Amino acid sequence: MTGAIAFKTPKPEILARRDTIISDLGGLLPTDCLIHEARELVPFETDAFLAYTRVPLAVCLPETTEQVARVLAYCHENGIPVVPRGAGTSLSGGAIGQEDAIILGLSRMNRILDIDLPNRAAVVQAGVTNIAISEAVKPEGFFYAPDPSSQLACTIGGNIGMNSGGAHCLKYGVTTNNLMGVKLVLTDGTVIELGGKALDAAGLDLLALVCGSEGQFGIITEATVRLLASPEGARPVLFGFPTSESAGACVTDIIAAGIIPVAIEFMDKPAIEICEAFAKAGYPLDAGALLIIEVEGSEDEMEAMLARIIAIAETHGVMAIRRCQSATEAALIWKGRKSAFGATGRIADYICMDGTVPLSQLSHVLKKTSEITDRYGLRVANVFHAGDGNMHPLILYNINDPEDAARAEEAGAEILKLCVDAGGCLTGEHGVGIEKRDLMRHQYGEADLRQQMAVRAAFDAEWMLNPSKVFPLEGRDD
Amino acid sequence: MTELLTPASEAEAADIIAGHAASGTPLALCGGNTRTGFGNPVAAAARLSSSALSGIVAYQPGEMVMTAKAGTPLAEIEAALAENGQFLAFEPMDHRGIMGTEGTPTIGGVFAANVSGPRRFALAGAARDHLLGSRFVNGRGEVIRAGGRVMKNVTGLDLSRLMAGSHGTLGFLTEVTFKVLPAPKAAATLIVSDLTEEDAVKLMAAAMALPLEVSGAAHLPYSVRAAFLGGALAGDAATCFRLEGLAESVSARLEKLSAYAGPFGPLTRLGDDETKVLWREIRDVAPYRDGTLRPLWRVSATPSEAAHIVGAMRLEAAVDAFYDWQGGLIWMRMDGAPEAESLREKLMKHGGGHATLMRAAPEVRALVPAFEPEDPAVAALSARIRQKLDPAGIFSPGKMQRQENAA
Repeated sequence: MTGAIAFKTPKPEILARRDTIISDLGGLLPTDCLIHEARELVPFETDAFLAYTRVPLAVCLPETTEQVARVLAYCHENGIPVVPRGAGTSLSGGAIGQEDAIILGLSRMNRILDIDLPNRAAVVQAGVTNIAISEAVKPEGFFYAPDPSSQLACTIGGNIGMNSGGAHCLKYGVTTNNLMGVKLVLTDGTVIELGGKALDAAGLDLLALVCGSEGQFGIITEATVRLLASPEGARPVLFGFPTSESAGACVTDIIAAGIIPVAIEFMDKPAIEICEAFAKAGYPLDAGALLIIEVEGSEDEMEAMLARIIAIAETHGVMAIRRCQSATEAALIWKGRKSAFGATGRIADYICMDGTVPLSQLSHVLKKTSEITDRYGLRVANVFHAGDGNMHPLILYNINDPEDAARAEEAGAEILKLCVDAGGCLTGEHGVGIEKRDLMRHQYGEADLRQQMAVRAAFDAEWMLNPSKVFPLEGRDD
Repeated sequence: MTELLTPASEAEAADIIAGHAASGTPLALCGGNTRTGFGNPVAAAARLSSSALSGIVAYQPGEMVMTAKAGTPLAEIEAALAENGQFLAFEPMDHRGIMGTEGTPTIGGVFAANVSGPRRFALAGAARDHLLGSRFVNGRGEVIRAGGRVMKNVTGLDLSRLMAGSHGTLGFLTEVTFKVLPAPKAAATLIVSDLTEEDAVKLMAAAMALPLEVSGAAHLPYSVRAAFLGGALAGDAATCFRLEGLAESVSARLEKLSAYAGPFGPLTRLGDDETKVLWREIRDVAPYRDGTLRPLWRVSATPSEAAHIVGAMRLEAAVDAFYDWQGGLIWMRMDGAPEAESLREKLMKHGGGHATLMRAAPEVRALVPAFEPEDPAVAALSARIRQKLDPAGIFSPGKMQRQENAA
């Protein structure tokens, strides 16, 4: 990439102290919990926002809350920035480090501490993967609802930092709606607990504020999450439509009819082709767009809901309807969708946008998106959570061609501004990170941003935690 | 008598607030005054009400989102939603009965106090879970826009949800945008009679774990039974389960739940109309709409510990209680002293949680903190956040955190 996103110049006084800092950190952590050799730092130079890399000063991988607190207190006293990291799957550069910062990774804190089924809660360490929670309680008929596409790898701590969503959020909500409590280490090393197994906040709802704060408020070491009873059954059905517009209109009508499927996923023609070539899921290649609509409940309930959905789809000229006859078939339908990003990566480099729009604006925004990418001479594939208006245009480009990369970045920014102008927002689930930092002024006014930054400073007055993220670098009070 | 200020526009509200900030004059923030008296006593010569900021700003049923000015009467919101077959899934309670107030519930007040009803412990969540965006005036007199009108939004900090439940101590809400949902087409209630409180808590947890989407689980002991459905509830104690959805789903789930609960006690079923009345009465805490100022606690508990907490309190004081949210919400009325320390100690001992004093005589309120005292580090953090939103400290000072306790 062209490097359009600016990084702060590393502070020379920190770089000059590197050896001392590493030696001090070594005294705070077990030997194998500190990484500082150049070769070993390479895997930590970026996250899933691969276009930018920064080698951190060192990486700490603590094993206990107490160790996290020690490291933070030390960095606080010595003015060293800290970048929290879960599995490093951020698509917005939320976990990319900087040369004068340490990365504090939670991957070793990966134990499930308590499963409390009568209270439908699980207490887990921050480094537990999203899917591991559901897998641990599946035999008892429970699951953890938020399901980001990266759920095999991403950690619950990162999910909380980004307030992650996923395909099933239409019915179950995002992380903030499924989070009951956290253990949080503040920047000076103070450990606090917010929430727990009882509901609602006792005072100010700080948990709501911490969720989605992108690692700027503290390091989450433990979380209490809400478990839900698994539905009796679930069934995805594939619908092929002649055009993106007809598929989009069908989504709006389903919602307006008072039907809340558990997921409505959308792919346009380029996305269908890319995913089908990879997953061989049997997607209709002659369709202009497809929807994967999942319903759940008992057999009768699913049938009743599907009958209504099909009747609506028919009014929009649905070309193909494929019901799953088996769990294998259902898994295959989802495989195509869930591997969309990976499948796209096989054919081209791409940047994945993450704008959200009000449902009524879906068709309009899709059309404009194509116009924008056409104008830049780029290809775009659209795959997204249509039920909640969270769009993921994948802009294809060649990473080795700087001009192409610059065009992709510009087109992406235009698309995100389009989402905001249509009444939506810059990011639905990936976070602002470094990627959308400089677009924040398009969504918020000066007073709005100043207020957010002031609240940030209530947690971290010196801007030491994940310092270059979320807010435009200019106009900060740090 | 305190002066009542009712700005007719957001700009006017901002002017008033800027003026008060400049002179450091406190303002008690309110909506329709249905929770007057709630919280710790506030020393403010003037009340700033959003009641004149009224009206639905935008509503597209197909998007399941509504935007309304903060002072819009809840009744107006609910009527507009009902016309389109939608509703507020978190079923906000009406505090007038227990608080002895006569105001008008407003949508801004609902979010400012994070008022949720029996569906809280089911999928629906709390009021704050439905709040997508807001406009508010901060303590500098600046209009702040937070969040948006889409369900997924992680752009910047979630200041809107921070406003939820801040009881007018962080900002003056002028507009709220919230998620609405299709109203269920049918509802029914299954009642299991004569369970002990401990057994009821266990059965409620078990029922909520079934794949039946139980949308309400409450236990009404014998002492409160007569306050519901005009005294028509059968048996000694009633453990109530609500099912909602398509008519086909409700009847199928009712059969399954009946088969499961049958061995635990005598069963009764309520149809749609009675279900609506019963759960409204549970929501609005019918037994304690008693016209008194006897101390009433709203106890947020770890559900499985609920019966133990009530049991332990009964050994020490004259208390009456019933359970919502599968036990996670205990409404507890004291016949004498509020027993705050004892109650809070029991909570700590039994799984944690917090107790909020909803109402009490003024002399009691002056002595007992209405909100659970916070851990010092959390209290310090909350104080810093308050300072960032309201630097002059003019918004309902002391309401949530009594002045002498403030860090």
